[in-house]
Amino acid sequence: MPYAIELRDISKRFGAVQANKDICLQVPAGTVHGIIGENGAGKSTLMSIIYGFYEADTGHIEVDGKQVDIRSSQDAINAGIGMVHQHFMLVENFSVLENVILGAEGGALLKNGIDTARIELQRLAHEYSLDIDVDAIVEDLPVGLQQRVEILKALYRGARILILDEPTGVLTPQEADHLFRILKALKDQGVTVLLITHKLREIMASTDNVSVMRQGEMVAHRETAQTSKEELAELMVGKKVRLTVDKDEAQPSEVLLSAQNLSQFDSQGVKRLKNVSLELRAGEILGIAGVSGNGQSELLNVLSGIVPMDEGEIHFAGQVMTAKAPKDAAQMRDLKMAHVPEDRHKMGLVTGFEAYEAAVLGYHNSPAYNGKILMDRKTMLDECNERMAAWDVRPPNPHLKTANFSGGNQQKIVIAREVEQNPDVLLIGQPTRGVDIGAIENIHEQIVKLRDAGKAILLVSVELDEIMALSDRIIVMFDGAVVGELDAKDADERTLGLMMANAYNEEQGEEQEGVSA
Amino acid sequence: MSQAKVPAWVNIALIPVLNILLAFLVSGLVILAIGENPIEAAGYLIYGAFGYDEGIGYTLYYATNLIFTGLAVSVAFKGGLFNIGGEGQAYIGGLGVGLICLSLDHTMPFYVIAPLAVIGAAVFGAAWGYIPAYLQARRGSHIVITTIMFNFIASSLMVYLIVNWLKEDGRMAPNSRTFEENAWLPYLHEIFSPLGIEIGDSPLNLAFVWALLCCVFVWGLIWHTRWGYQLRTLGTNPTAARYAGIDTAKVTIWAMLISGGLAGFVGLNEIMGVNHNLLLNFTAGYGFAGIAVSLMGRNHPIGIILAAVLFGALYQGGAELAFEIPTITPEIVVVIQGLVILFSGALEHMFKDRIEGFFIRRAVA
Repeated sequence: MPYAIELRDISKRFGAVQANKDICLQVPAGTVHGIIGENGAGKSTLMSIIYGFYEADTGHIEVDGKQVDIRSSQDAINAGIGMVHQHFMLVENFSVLENVILGAEGGALLKNGIDTARIELQRLAHEYSLDIDVDAIVEDLPVGLQQRVEILKALYRGARILILDEPTGVLTPQEADHLFRILKALKDQGVTVLLITHKLREIMASTDNVSVMRQGEMVAHRETAQTSKEELAELMVGKKVRLTVDKDEAQPSEVLLSAQNLSQFDSQGVKRLKNVSLELRAGEILGIAGVSGNGQSELLNVLSGIVPMDEGEIHFAGQVMTAKAPKDAAQMRDLKMAHVPEDRHKMGLVTGFEAYEAAVLGYHNSPAYNGKILMDRKTMLDECNERMAAWDVRPPNPHLKTANFSGGNQQKIVIAREVEQNPDVLLIGQPTRGVDIGAIENIHEQIVKLRDAGKAILLVSVELDEIMALSDRIIVMFDGAVVGELDAKDADERTLGLMMANAYNEEQGEEQEGVSA
Repeated sequence: MSQAKVPAWVNIALIPVLNILLAFLVSGLVILAIGENPIEAAGYLIYGAFGYDEGIGYTLYYATNLIFTGLAVSVAFKGGLFNIGGEGQAYIGGLGVGLICLSLDHTMPFYVIAPLAVIGAAVFGAAWGYIPAYLQARRGSHIVITTIMFNFIASSLMVYLIVNWLKEDGRMAPNSRTFEENAWLPYLHEIFSPLGIEIGDSPLNLAFVWALLCCVFVWGLIWHTRWGYQLRTLGTNPTAARYAGIDTAKVTIWAMLISGGLAGFVGLNEIMGVNHNLLLNFTAGYGFAGIAVSLMGRNHPIGIILAAVLFGALYQGGAELAFEIPTITPEIVVVIQGLVILFSGALEHMFKDRIEGFFIRRAVA
C-alpha cells in the first residue's frame, strides 16, 4: 500500500542556514505521525514546504504514491493536504460558517455556498464529533473551539492529510486532551495526521509513529510503542561537541537580584510567565535552560524593565519593583543592570545605525556621550575604536553600518557595550546564537571573567552545552514556570532534556510506582 | 557577508536624476500628444524658472514653503510617523503669525514683531500637530487618519475665524485688514538694493533665509543630538527603542510638535512675507507637496532643499510655460508635476534593483 505522504530527499537552504537537509519521511495512511525536535530544528520549514509556502531546493513529495508538485497552498489543498497553523488563520469577526467557506465560496452570491456548507459542516461535525455552533462569531469562541474551526476548514476543503503545527501551544491541558480524542476520531475515519510538537508527552500520548529532527536533519524514526521519552529526549538534544570553559569553582556571595512570583500576561491575556521566583548571587552564573518559547524571553524582558510585570516583585539594588511601582529599562540600567537581549537584530541593535551609534544604545543619555546640546561624537568614536580593538571586532570600522557586520561581530558590539558599563547584574540571552566557534570561546571567557569579578550573571540559552559549560547553577523553565533547579555539577543532558520536556517528575513518579508495584 | 558595495553616488545622484529624466521624457510625450514641441516647452519651463532674476526669485519663493513642509514631513518620518497634516499645521501656523501681526503692528517695531511671529507660527503649528500626536501616543489612534481629519478641521476653523471675527469691517472679501509695514518681512530685493546689488522684484523674502536656517537646525537635531538619536532609534526599530528605555510616547509627541512647528513657518512666508494680511487658502497644497519633497529628498535637509527647488521651478516654470504656450494649460503643468512625483516618489525603486545589480556585478567582475 502506498504511503499517504512520502518525502524524498527534501533540502532547503536560507542563505547560510541549511534549514532542511535530505529529509526522508514515510507516513502510512490513517496514522498519527509525530515530528519532534527542538525549536529551530527545521520542523516548521519542512511543514511549510509540504504546504507550499516554500519550495524545496531539491527532493520531491509523493501523495498516495503519486509525485505531486506543490508550489502554493492551493496546490497542497488540491492534493488533499490541510494545515492547522500554530497561530490561527481565521477572520475573527466572521462566523464559523463564513470562515469555513472563505476561499471556497462557490459562486458570486454567498447564499448557495453557505447553504451547502451548512449541510456539509453538519455532516463533518457528526462524523468526526467536532460539535460547534456554525453561526457563532469566531472571536467569541474559546481558543480550543477556534482550533476546531481550523480543523473543520481543512476537512471541508477535502483534506485527507492534516498537518497540525504545535497545536497544543495555546490550549489548556483539558482542551489538549480533547484535541487528542479528535485526532483519534480523525484517524479512525482514515485521515492521516502529522503532528508537529516539541512536547514529548503529546507524542507518547497520541501518535503511532514518531520522527525526530535535529539541526535540519531527520535523525531517527521510531514506532511510538517501541520507544521511550528518554530515548526521544536524547535524540532531540543529540550528542554535540562538548564545549569546555576553563573556570574555577564559583564563589557566590550576597544576593544581588531576587524575583518573587513574577507573572506576566501577553496582549491576548495568556499567562506567559508563571510565578517565577529566583535569586541571583554575586559571583555566580545562573543558567536558565529550556526549549525556546517557554517563558525565558518574557523573564528577561520583565527583569530588565522592558515589559512591565503583572504580578510579583523584583528586589534589586535596594529597590523593590512591583506591578504598581515598576521601573523601565532606562531606570534598571541606571541601577547597573545590563542586558544582552536574545535577538540582537530585533532588539539589541539598530541595524541601520553606524557601529559607533549602535555602541551606545541604551546609554545614549549618559553624560559621557553628551555635550551641552550635541552628542559628543568624538568620544563615541574614540571609545568605539578602543572597544573594537579590545574585543577584536572585524572590520574595526566604527562608521560601518551595523547590518554589514557578521553575526558574531554584531554580538561582540552588543556584549562589549553592556559589559564595558561594568554592571552589577548582567542578563544575557543566547550569547552565542549564530556566532562562529572562535568568537564563542572569546564571549564565554568574557562572561566567566565578569563572574570572577564578583558580578551576577543570568544566562538564558537554548544550547544545553552552553548552559552546562558556563553555569554554576541551573534552573529549567517549561511553559512559563520554573520546573526544576539543580547544581551544575549534578546536571547531565538526559536529566536536563527530560526537565525541559517537563517529563522528569513523571518519569521519577513512574519509576517509583514500578518499584512499589 | 560578501556584500559588494554600490558606490554612494549611485543612490544619491544617479537614480534620482534618472527618475526625473524619465518623468520629463513621459511629459514630453504628453506635450507631443497635444501637438506642441516638447523641446520648446522645456526651454520655456527652464527659462521661466531659472532664466532671469524675477524667475529665480519666484522659484525660490515657492521653494521656501516646500522646504518648511518638507522638513516637517521628514522630522516625523524619522520617528516612523507619517504626518499628512502639514497642510493644516501650516494653515494654523499662519493664524498664529496673523494674530501676532494684527495685534502688535500699531504698537511694536519690526524687530519685536518678527521673533514673536516666528514663535507664534511654531506654537500654533505645533499645537495643531500635538492633538493627533497625543491621540496616537496615548490612545492608539492612527496618526495618518487624525492628521488628515485635522486638515479639514483647520480649513473650517479658518473660514469661521476669518469670516466671523477677523474680516475687515465693511468689506466683503474674506480676509483681514492689511498689516502695517512694520509687520512685513522684508523682500530680498529690498535688502540687497542698499548694498548696491540689484535683483529683480519677486515675492522672495527673509523667510527663505529662515528656511535655510531651519535646515541646519533639523540636520543638527536629527543627527547630532540625543533627542535625534532617540527619534531615529524609534523610527527604525521600535523594539530596540523600548529595550534602550526610550520613552516612545514622549518622543512621538515631540516629533509631531517639531514637525507641526516647521510646517507652521509657511505662515511666515505667506502671511508676513507676501500677502500681508490673513486670508483663506494661502497654504495652496504646500503641505501635501511637502510629502513628495521629503520623499524625494530622502528625508535629508540637503535633499529637501534640492527637491524643493525642483518643485519650485516646476511651479514657476510651469506658470510661465502655460502663459507662453496657451494650449499647454495649467492642468497640463499639474500633469508634469504629477509625473515627477510619480517617478521619483512612488516609482522610486523601479530602477533601483537593476542599477544596483549592475554595479554589484561590475564590482564582482
